[in-house]
Amino acid sequence: MPTEILMPALSPTMEEGTLAKWLVKEGDTVSSGDILAEIETDKATMEFEAVDEGTIGKILVPEGTEAVKVNTAIAVLLEEGESADDIGAAPTAPAEAETAAPAPAAAAPAKAPEAPTPDTSPDWPEGTEMVKMTVREALNAAMAEEMRADDTVFVMGEEVAEYQGAYKITQNLLDEFGAKRVIDTPITEHGFAGIGVGAAWGGLRPIVEFMTWNFAMQAIDQIINSAAKTNYMSGGQLGCSIVFRGPNGAAARVGAQHSQDYAAWYAQVPGLKVVQPYSAADAKGLLKSAIRDPNPVVFLENEILYGKSFEVPKIDDFTIPIGKARVAREGSDVTIVSFGIGMTYALEAAEKLAGDGVSAEVIDLRSLRPIDHDTVIASVMKTNRCVTVEEGWPVASIGNHISATLMERAFDYLDAPVINCTGKDVPMPYAANLEKLALTSTAEVIEAVNQVTYR
Amino acid sequence: MATRKTTKKPNVSADELKQYYRDMLLIRRFEEKAGQLYGMGLIGGFCHLYIGQEAVVVGLEASAEDGDKRITTYRDHGHMLACGMDPNGVMAELTGREGGYSRGKGGSMHMFSKEKDFYGGHGIVGANVPLGAGLAFADKYKENGRVTFTYFGDGAANQGQVYETFNMAALWDLPVIFVIENNQYAMGTSQKRSTSTPDIYTRGAAFGIPGEAVDGMDVLAVKAAGEKAVAHCRSGKGPYILEIKTYRYRGHSMSDPAKYRTREEVQKIRDEKDCIEHVRDLLLEGKHASEDDLKAIDKEIKAIVNASADFAKESPEPDLSELWTDVYVDA
Repeated sequence: MPTEILMPALSPTMEEGTLAKWLVKEGDTVSSGDILAEIETDKATMEFEAVDEGTIGKILVPEGTEAVKVNTAIAVLLEEGESADDIGAAPTAPAEAETAAPAPAAAAPAKAPEAPTPDTSPDWPEGTEMVKMTVREALNAAMAEEMRADDTVFVMGEEVAEYQGAYKITQNLLDEFGAKRVIDTPITEHGFAGIGVGAAWGGLRPIVEFMTWNFAMQAIDQIINSAAKTNYMSGGQLGCSIVFRGPNGAAARVGAQHSQDYAAWYAQVPGLKVVQPYSAADAKGLLKSAIRDPNPVVFLENEILYGKSFEVPKIDDFTIPIGKARVAREGSDVTIVSFGIGMTYALEAAEKLAGDGVSAEVIDLRSLRPIDHDTVIASVMKTNRCVTVEEGWPVASIGNHISATLMERAFDYLDAPVINCTGKDVPMPYAANLEKLALTSTAEVIEAVNQVTYR
Repeated sequence: MATRKTTKKPNVSADELKQYYRDMLLIRRFEEKAGQLYGMGLIGGFCHLYIGQEAVVVGLEASAEDGDKRITTYRDHGHMLACGMDPNGVMAELTGREGGYSRGKGGSMHMFSKEKDFYGGHGIVGANVPLGAGLAFADKYKENGRVTFTYFGDGAANQGQVYETFNMAALWDLPVIFVIENNQYAMGTSQKRSTSTPDIYTRGAAFGIPGEAVDGMDVLAVKAAGEKAVAHCRSGKGPYILEIKTYRYRGHSMSDPAKYRTREEVQKIRDEKDCIEHVRDLLLEGKHASEDDLKAIDKEIKAIVNASADFAKESPEPDLSELWTDVYVDA
């Protein structure tokens, strides 16, 4: 049966074009790859090649014709043994592109805000023996325990092995686990982040340490395009069990390039999990969960918190689930939501406010993707007021996201607009007084609470 | 083809030669069909065809063993077919259907098959190079003797992360073969205009990585080079670079008017260097196959490709619920 040659779509957006010139005439023999015609699209003039071999039986659209719709029959090709007399037998080209058009998506029904159902279970049983531990020791213990339990877990990064860690988080790991599993990398974030992702696809569980998250900007393509998106792009075939970790945000007097808070950046990316612990217990429990998680986890630490001591439960195999917030202090007048080092301001403000007779409930988000909105909303339904606290920049911040979610799900419960205490909208200055001003502060949190409580 | 010189004596059996002919023809016919479906609006977005380069993947697959891995960039349909992925699943992914390898969520540039050790299909030029070294890192860690073929183009060879990877791969003796498919054009920019060295494989010398140039239009030369590289990697000597000089007949993507080279340049390579015609000549001149034998293979391939197109058209679009699946692996 003769084959119709159809007007091709030559770009993702082409709907019609001009048949500028025929390079074959009726009766010509063509084989696949031969150029049949020149076609002008809105972008360029393109050559159009034959797919099948045969003889040009009839040219249906003469050259110079404008606005020829895609999929219009423009010529008829005869196969061996066919003649022009058979042309009437050519099937009418089905409008295949149309049958392939997507069914209209069902409109999402307007949803009434769902009542929150927060998980209020305790992180560890009451009466558990506690030990004092710094955040540094907690992170180190989490890695060592997981490396003992699973020999596919390894750690790589700059100065993690022989130097014992730029911030000593990997101290003693080389001695215990050897150079095969504790690997010093060259200064090459982009490269070793990619090697880490490939190793995860190869069946290992890498912990990739960035000396700070500022340097991971060199590697962000691998974190997002390779680690976060591939499970989706592969239809669920290729998950990526990897932890990217290191100190995030401002340290002290290190200037604009070493002081950025990436919490909101990574929290935006589907496919990643993002955590930023404050206490040593959360640092340990969340890092152990992150290492076991089959998904890529961005684990944001803070240099200033590394040396701070907290009570950590003395339990074998203690973990904190990713995606569960913690009510760090109960209260009734206002909800202060924070995470990471922001918790130092939140808790200090709550303590001072208590002295003034204001009862603040403080929520430590701990995880930023997924965010435990239920715990926040349940609290705001009780207090009717909310202040968020973070060191990162104000535009598209975590606080902005919390505020928007409260509008959607708890609008009727709010007695005041939510205030976001954030870092200032400037690169981090070096001068001590300016740096202090650029970060948020306990005083700003107290001021914000006074505003939302109309005091 | 009369103008062709076939001086090389085949170092393979007649059956192997026939298999290469068949495998290369499958890629070519499949890609032509993909181009046709694109023209009909059934394939959308970007679609980069492999026509002209078939000997590269078929030659290297002939040097691979079960369990070896492969990863490439976005001109990836040939790699998938060469490693044994099902043409139906590949074509249905191109049409964005449920029956595709990624259930329609990846498209031309993002397909994977863990079963066939094919790790994509990556859309960011150069990014797959450290990923491939990472796969090799895992194999070395597990001491399983496997190697990873990491394919990239002459364009990607100018990305910084390629050299970060060369350094670590050499430092850690990773069993990775860096396959530079040099088709002479990075989209519309010729190698002369983009690359400071005429022989890209020599860039490994700075890292102590051996490398060589290979005639990528000769599947037997590619296979021989692949075997050498595989033996090097498998014996624990670290990475190896193969710069395979090849040529793509079609545009960079479907919407490339290809004004950066002449029609004569393309035609000359087709007439004198075509990799499929080369094997065809070897088969006929060596009396390993008759014209009729080859016609039978052509017919068989045509049927496979047509079936894949039918499957890709008939497979339904993914269920709307698929929007929300596979974002995460269940913890």
